[in-house]
Amino acid sequence: MNTIADSLGLAAGLIVSFDAALWRIVGLSLRVSGTACVLGAIAGLLLGTWLAVARFRGLGVLVWALNTLLALPSVVVGLLVYLLLSRAGPLGPLGILFTPTAMVIAQSILVVPLIAALSRRLVLDALRDGGDQLQSMGATPLQAGAVLLVHGRFAVLTILLTAFGRAIAEVGAVMIVGGNIDGVTRVMTTAIALETSKGDLPLALALGIVLLGVVGLVNLAVGAMQLRSPLAREALV
Amino acid sequence: MSPPLLVLADASVRFGTVEALRGVNLKLRRGERLALVGANGSGKTTLLRLLHGLVSCSSGARVMQGGGAAPVVAMLFQRPFVLSLSVRQNLIVALWLRGLPRAERSARAADALHRVGLEGLAARPARELSGGQQQRLALARAWALRPDLLLLDEPTASLDPSAKREVESLIEAIAAEGVTLVMSTHNLGQAKRLAGRVACLEAGRLVVDLPVAEFFTSTLPPAAAQFLKGELPWA
Repeated sequence: MNTIADSLGLAAGLIVSFDAALWRIVGLSLRVSGTACVLGAIAGLLLGTWLAVARFRGLGVLVWALNTLLALPSVVVGLLVYLLLSRAGPLGPLGILFTPTAMVIAQSILVVPLIAALSRRLVLDALRDGGDQLQSMGATPLQAGAVLLVHGRFAVLTILLTAFGRAIAEVGAVMIVGGNIDGVTRVMTTAIALETSKGDLPLALALGIVLLGVVGLVNLAVGAMQLRSPLAREALV
Repeated sequence: MSPPLLVLADASVRFGTVEALRGVNLKLRRGERLALVGANGSGKTTLLRLLHGLVSCSSGARVMQGGGAAPVVAMLFQRPFVLSLSVRQNLIVALWLRGLPRAERSARAADALHRVGLEGLAARPARELSGGQQQRLALARAWALRPDLLLLDEPTASLDPSAKREVESLIEAIAAEGVTLVMSTHNLGQAKRLAGRVACLEAGRLVVDLPVAEFFTSTLPPAAAQFLKGELPWA
């Protein structure tokens, strides 16, 4: 068995030699999680803004449910999407189980509550400051929410980067709905799990290093956003 | 005499168990300048919000001038809220919210910035402006809407004397165009300088509403007289 030092050396070699298999996995991971975040952003920002400005009976229950879903385990999302997309499920005829599309769907579902809950808080806080002013200028509640998302765009970007970090680092959902098929649905986290179980530590370590690097870059970007905008700090408190 | 622009008839506003305004009767005519004075919590801001339509009457009525287009109402708050956008974009957004076409938005924004002397700062992030400049931007934003009625909630309360003078002169310039002004203030000198009429609120009631000269010379009801002398209503 390789020692840790040997494994790290081999891992570094795989990274700097631009090993094709490694970078194909990295590329697919970025594509799946990036697409999931774009879709999740559309749904999450709309939902969060609407929940911040809407007034109706049952709103509190909906917000409670949304906040509860923040702790949604990725394996549960994977299981639900699997049940929907499996041959016997309602969306079985689409035939997209064990494809990157299924992984995108699962990760989108995973990040929507996070984006919605944080953007709702962001809009609520901004409404406290400027809601009356915007209403006095003739803004409808949804217009006010949209304007405040633009107002707090650095905070919104921080939220989206946080969601991306969650998506790219999860393993449960993509393993269940993607199946970890080599060259088709194998992403960084599922590959790490597999290679570790096989004892191929260099590839697992290389993928782990790249994954940490990606998440580290995301965190750097989040930090830069926070420096630029006090609203971003408030959104994550 | 012209018909009133806006009438409040026995208007009350209730927030839960608190009655913020009680049976207020008020008529505003075009071009009038009304100063609202009264202690903190007397209902000045609620009255301004009611005049705008940001809150509704729990009883009584608020009637805007009938016939033709509805009067345009703009409001300035004590702490101006400016968006994290450029100075010019703040105006453009306000005009967009009013549904103005794109070409008119640009022209009006440029004109309003020129009037308040911020044209040189049009590209500057609005949140980097000083307090006085932000209040001037808020005035430009209101001015660009070409309001019939401008409501000002203690517009100079948090400004230094020089910024206060600048904002007051801009308010004068807006009023000179025939815009009806209603302004809440704790500054009786400001009320004297800017208003033609002064109304005093006490515990949600309009206790006096007189032309400015009479307000400062005639015998006032006890609550208003106490406020003028700086006495606390509960003392």
